[in-house]
Amino acid sequence: MSATQAAQVLDVARNHVLSVTVRDRPGVLVRIAALFARRGFNIESLSVAQSETPGMSRTTFVVFGEDAAIEQLQKQLQKLIDVVKVIDHSEGPYVERELMLIKVAVRTPEDRVELRQIAQDFRARIIDVDRHALVFEVTGDEGKTDAFIEQMRSFGILELIRTGRVALPRSAGQRATDTATRAA
Amino acid sequence: MNGAAALLKALERHGVTTVFGHPGGAIMPVYDALYDSPIRHVLVRHEQAGAHAADAYYRASGRVGVCFATSGPGATNLVTGLATAHMDSSALIAVTGNVPSALIGTDAFQEADVTGITLPITKHNYLVQHVDDIPMVVTEAFHIASTGRPGPVLIDIPKDVQQAEFTGTFDVEVDLPGYRPTLIGNARQIKRAANAIRDAQRPVMMVGGGGQSSPEAVMRFAEVTGIPVITTLMGIGAYPAGADQALGMPGMHGTVTANRAITHCDLIVGAGLRFDDRVTGKLSRFAPNATIVHIDVAPAEISKLVKAHVPVVGDLRDVLPRLTEQLGPLALDDWWAQLKEWKARYPERFKTDKPLVSQEVIQMLERATGGDCVVTTEVGQHQMFAARLFPTSKPRTWISSGGLGTMGFGLPAAIGAAFARPGETVVCVAGDGSIQMNIQELATIYKHQLPIVIAITNNGMLGMVRQWQEMFHAQRYSEVFLADSNPDFAKLAEAYGIEGHNVFDRETAARIIPEALAAKKPVLLNFVVYESEKVFPMIPAGAGVDEMIIGDQEPDEPEGEKAVTR
Ligand SMILES: Cc1ncc(C[n+]2csc(CCOP(=O)(O)OP(=O)(O)O)c2C)c(N)n1
Ligand SMILES: [Mg+2]
Repeated sequence: MSATQAAQVLDVARNHVLSVTVRDRPGVLVRIAALFARRGFNIESLSVAQSETPGMSRTTFVVFGEDAAIEQLQKQLQKLIDVVKVIDHSEGPYVERELMLIKVAVRTPEDRVELRQIAQDFRARIIDVDRHALVFEVTGDEGKTDAFIEQMRSFGILELIRTGRVALPRSAGQRATDTATRAA
Repeated sequence: MNGAAALLKALERHGVTTVFGHPGGAIMPVYDALYDSPIRHVLVRHEQAGAHAADAYYRASGRVGVCFATSGPGATNLVTGLATAHMDSSALIAVTGNVPSALIGTDAFQEADVTGITLPITKHNYLVQHVDDIPMVVTEAFHIASTGRPGPVLIDIPKDVQQAEFTGTFDVEVDLPGYRPTLIGNARQIKRAANAIRDAQRPVMMVGGGGQSSPEAVMRFAEVTGIPVITTLMGIGAYPAGADQALGMPGMHGTVTANRAITHCDLIVGAGLRFDDRVTGKLSRFAPNATIVHIDVAPAEISKLVKAHVPVVGDLRDVLPRLTEQLGPLALDDWWAQLKEWKARYPERFKTDKPLVSQEVIQMLERATGGDCVVTTEVGQHQMFAARLFPTSKPRTWISSGGLGTMGFGLPAAIGAAFARPGETVVCVAGDGSIQMNIQELATIYKHQLPIVIAITNNGMLGMVRQWQEMFHAQRYSEVFLADSNPDFAKLAEAYGIEGHNVFDRETAARIIPEALAAKKPVLLNFVVYESEKVFPMIPAGAGVDEMIIGDQEPDEPEGEKAVTR
């Protein structure tokens, strides 16, 4: 039985944005990914990069589940020796962004005009221009990138790539790299 | 000094005196260094046995157990041992050799991705890349294995790293920002726990493996409050089984009294246990009226399965005394009257209308030792009979594979326990199936003349599987029959140089058991017992604690309150 099923909860499942601060050690991502798989969680998106502290990386996971199951997941993550801090942004105010590059077909001159207009409305940047296609850079929360994709469908999406979400808590008091409060 | 010598030196500095292992190509530099080391190496005949022995060495002594294996097949042979230790929170350090760094990832001869393979069954593991890291890795490994919730740590060292010249220092300090176990309980939570306990009319305490390191605190809590104590399979010995307040083991094959107490109690103080499914049965029927106070050093175990109303994260050695301080004797007369009635009504019972049955053999062992010995078990019916009829009275003396249920654990565990507690008698209660999974260790036992009495309750069956087939698979006995091809165990023992006896009746059993125990040397006793015995009570898998089948534990005369619901 997975942790998701095991948790006796009444709350509903939703997306949680988790920031996991880890020591840069060989295999640390494997440990985290294996834990998600082993405990029966699906990763919706994942991004990893250096944090402001040398030797530490910050990973942002979006994972779907009930609150109690996600709490159990957080505790399991804390058990990993190389995990320094876990925060569930869904518990407090936070800011999140995602970067998307999307290549859209341009069939007629009218298309081109219309696409430029939509890009302006979304504050998307055109980063590559070609006779048959445009490449846009879109940054924003997930809602915005999703909406942009919808708008592009009728033109014909040739390719797209998204970084997955990254997030930080809003308040200055809580930092994602504060040392573990909930220890193993 | 090379890396291999540095490894042994680092182990020595952590107090290691005994290592269990088996050599091979990729770990030869370490075995070469052993030649000059004061560390005693016990050569096992299979790496799995080395891991179990090291695991039991910890369980029996509280000192971290260490085992060695070579790369590839040597390392993969450790897998069952590591998983067993991981499930039962045993502090074990496994050191494996690996192929030289330059060959890693090339499918070299005897290469296996050991850190990858053991990732989910270790508390942590290391692939050592630089020789000078060895003291730090060893120090971290000891710290991680033995603190907080104990567990196994694996250290994989490529051969070239073992051979490289060591130029580092042994004076290292652990700095693990991601690992800070909470040992000191939160004062407010302890107070809340005390309040809840004070208000309870029908409380019970449940003690698990965590209790093995805090028996005094458990005892004191029980004495001061007068609360009844249930010990799980891992908790046997943490509180004396013979004490007035002891209710025995809970769960699938627990006592009627312990299971009824759980169903009827209004509060559980869970101490150092993880509410495993073999203990709880169906969660929705587990202790339906109880406030759960859960004390454990592992936050992830709290509210994982059973929701804790009062969670307390911390070491029992800190939390229990502080909790006890806030409590006095509770007024539990009515509750005790009920519990005593159940206890009186359901003593351990079994029928002796056969020449010999497993239970009586195990009971004879208990009577001959008074429970004052170390018991290790294999896995199966004999294990459950031993848990019920042959519990020990001291902590760290009842050693069994609980979480993983590993057949093949008991015999090597007896070796580890014998080294951990020299001079004490070790009794290995085994089944005829399980014993064959690491039977080669008779050689190790012979070599060191360990005072182990191996008692096989030989029912000619994979008895526990047979029991399930009888009860839940319409008596379709599929592949459980061993009798037609079991070896002559007495002769087998003799082939290894160990005294062996085949015993067929109770008179001989009664005579030979005290003799074997007095011999203070290895003796194998093969008790040929009735084949169709079943372990009762039994809570069928997936059923609730209140749906326990009492079976042959039922007294002959009918009962007022009928609680058997299946
Ligand atoms: C390594 C392993 N394989 C299979 C099992 C499943 N299993 C549990 S008990 C049992 C039968 C054990 O037979 P035996 O050792 O003779 O003990 P008995 O039940 O007869 O007392 C089996 C096969 C297990 N626990 N471990
Ligand atoms: Mg058997």
